Amino acid sequence: MTIEKNQDDSFFRKLLHSQMIIPIAALLALVVFNLIADPSFFAISMGQDSAGNPVLSGQLISILNNGSELAILAIGMTLVTAATGGQDISVGATIAVAGSAMLAVLCGGNMRPEAITTPFIVAFIVGVLVAMLCGAFNGVMVAVFKVQPMVATLILYTAGRSIAAWINNNALPIIPTDSGFGIFGGFIPGIPIPTPVFIAAACIVVIFLVLKFTSLGLYVQSVGINERAARLNGLNPTFIKWLTFVILGVCVAVAALIKVSRISTINYQTIAADIEMDAILAVALGGNALSGGKFNMGSSILGAYVIQFLTTTLYKFNVASAALPAYKAVVVILLVVLSAPIVRNKLSALWKKFRSPKQTEVEVAK
Amino acid sequence: MISRRNFLKGAGLAGGTLALVGCGGGGGAATTDDGGSESTGGELISVGIINNDPNESGYRTANDKDMKETFTEENGFAAEFAYSMKNEEQIASAQQFIQNGVKYLLVSAADTAGWDTPLQDAKDAGTQTILFDRVVDADESLYVAAVVSDMDAEGQTAVDWLTDQGLDEYNIIHIQGVMGSAAQVGRTGALDEAVAANGWNLVVQQTADWNAETAQQITQSVIDSGQSFNVIYAENDDMAKGAVAALDAAGITHGKDGDVIIMGFDHNTWALEEVMAGRWNYDGQCNPYQASTILDIINTLESGGEVAEKTVIMEEGYADCDTITQEYIDENGI
Repeated sequence: MTIEKNQDDSFFRKLLHSQMIIPIAALLALVVFNLIADPSFFAISMGQDSAGNPVLSGQLISILNNGSELAILAIGMTLVTAATGGQDISVGATIAVAGSAMLAVLCGGNMRPEAITTPFIVAFIVGVLVAMLCGAFNGVMVAVFKVQPMVATLILYTAGRSIAAWINNNALPIIPTDSGFGIFGGFIPGIPIPTPVFIAAACIVVIFLVLKFTSLGLYVQSVGINERAARLNGLNPTFIKWLTFVILGVCVAVAALIKVSRISTINYQTIAADIEMDAILAVALGGNALSGGKFNMGSSILGAYVIQFLTTTLYKFNVASAALPAYKAVVVILLVVLSAPIVRNKLSALWKKFRSPKQTEVEVAK
Repeated sequence: MISRRNFLKGAGLAGGTLALVGCGGGGGAATTDDGGSESTGGELISVGIINNDPNESGYRTANDKDMKETFTEENGFAAEFAYSMKNEEQIASAQQFIQNGVKYLLVSAADTAGWDTPLQDAKDAGTQTILFDRVVDADESLYVAAVVSDMDAEGQTAVDWLTDQGLDEYNIIHIQGVMGSAAQVGRTGALDEAVAANGWNLVVQQTADWNAETAQQITQSVIDSGQSFNVIYAENDDMAKGAVAALDAAGITHGKDGDVIIMGFDHNTWALEEVMAGRWNYDGQCNPYQASTILDIINTLESGGEVAEKTVIMEEGYADCDTITQEYIDENGI
């Protein structure tokens, strides 16, 4: 082990200095905790759902499944944070709006349809357009009118759920179960892995390809680091900021599809409640500065799954209802403080101090 | 028409919050009502109604609709409505109504605290207050009547029904609403007592904040950890639906002939249909139709009579998968 460690010294040092270390450390801590407390946490078994299709089940599968929406939102939130130095707090409400629009299209005005009236893809496209419109609105407020992002998105945060209810005339459309709409939040018959896992994986692959093969990442970071310098170098900061909100809108629509599919209906007040806070938390957990600039996409996405891991762990250990938010808060405070750039700089300075006496000793010995 | 009005209200709420003005949406309604009273030229009874946001739940939507249909000009009322889920905004609207000199103030308070002063103001101004849906922490002399649901009784009815099932053992997944809300306290209280008294086993007791997906996750977590259970006691219909989704994904049977008893609350029409189809076993009623009772009280007061009881408790039943009928659904579904 020690020999290996010496050989991989540079790798470990790289890892220590990388942003990924915080979510990875948090994940490892949760894994170790669960291993010690109850190793059966990691058991995965093959079963059947009520329709007789094979399904994989286990806490790990549930984490991957339920963390999907958050991971997808973390993608868009990371870009918005990096470009604007602010966060979008309206994602929960716009999920309600996009979800409501999708259900309205699927049900065609009838709240209890016998069968769906429009193909899924049409409903999804409408949902995407609606969510992009919400994103574009936020983007214009932030990029053109220079409103502080949290204040600009407060508008939709407050009004979004009322708008969602208005789309369906205050009624709750329910999609018939035999329409197959449930597959987006459940299982595709014959495939034992939950569909949201595939959808999240697809989104992650797409964003990594985009970041690798286009200059989006570079542009977003330059705008976030220094808007004036970016402009002088021929970038259009207004457009780039606006674009990040529109991309977040697409993420919102995908998350909304999964959410409404999970239960085949919608509750305007409770759907995706407080998810904006978890999405922002995922970005922070990933070690990204919430004031904008450089970002690490993988780190944010990992952060999202860490949050879900934590939630599932707390459910598993049957933490008392009233105490649940407190437990979560304590863990979150620890993680966020540790991942804050200023604390990491202090820590690495401390690390250097800790190591330097050895070197001086050696020098003295000489 | 209604929908557009709601939309405007939503937008108005947003604007109000931004400008830090607790307008409460009462102003817009007032202008239309002034025109109305002119046309009939006389004895309309002015009523200010403060309610929670109708989008909060199916219960609230039905409650608001019932109010709107009862306190109409045809019935002799000039009604103004104000909606908010925030107590301080509701109190601001109440003070606005009192200033406008409404004769009756109907309040479904967002929170029980902080109503002493506005109710005292109302009394001093000669406005009579009737509480509906929920009582507040204020002296009884400050209001003339309270028309409320008894959440403790709802919980007790459900628990009695569950006891009557005579199961060999009770392993219960208990999914709670938002902690501290009247519905959660009442529905949890009865179950907690029965668990302690009868030696039932709570496999899990966790809040899902009225949220279906959270209920789904909690149930999934129990299934994943391999614990056995035979009752799901969810404190509203949405959460029962979420829990059932988790059971379906795991191939666990539920309902009339299933392994797991499903219990929900609120009497949403779709939930009653689940009971009718035998996929759920029980659904407790939470009666939102308080308007007619309030109307009776106001009529009594107007004709110079005295209100017999200060607190009127709504009659509430339940639906059982063995006895439910289509008529029952049509009559009680919300």
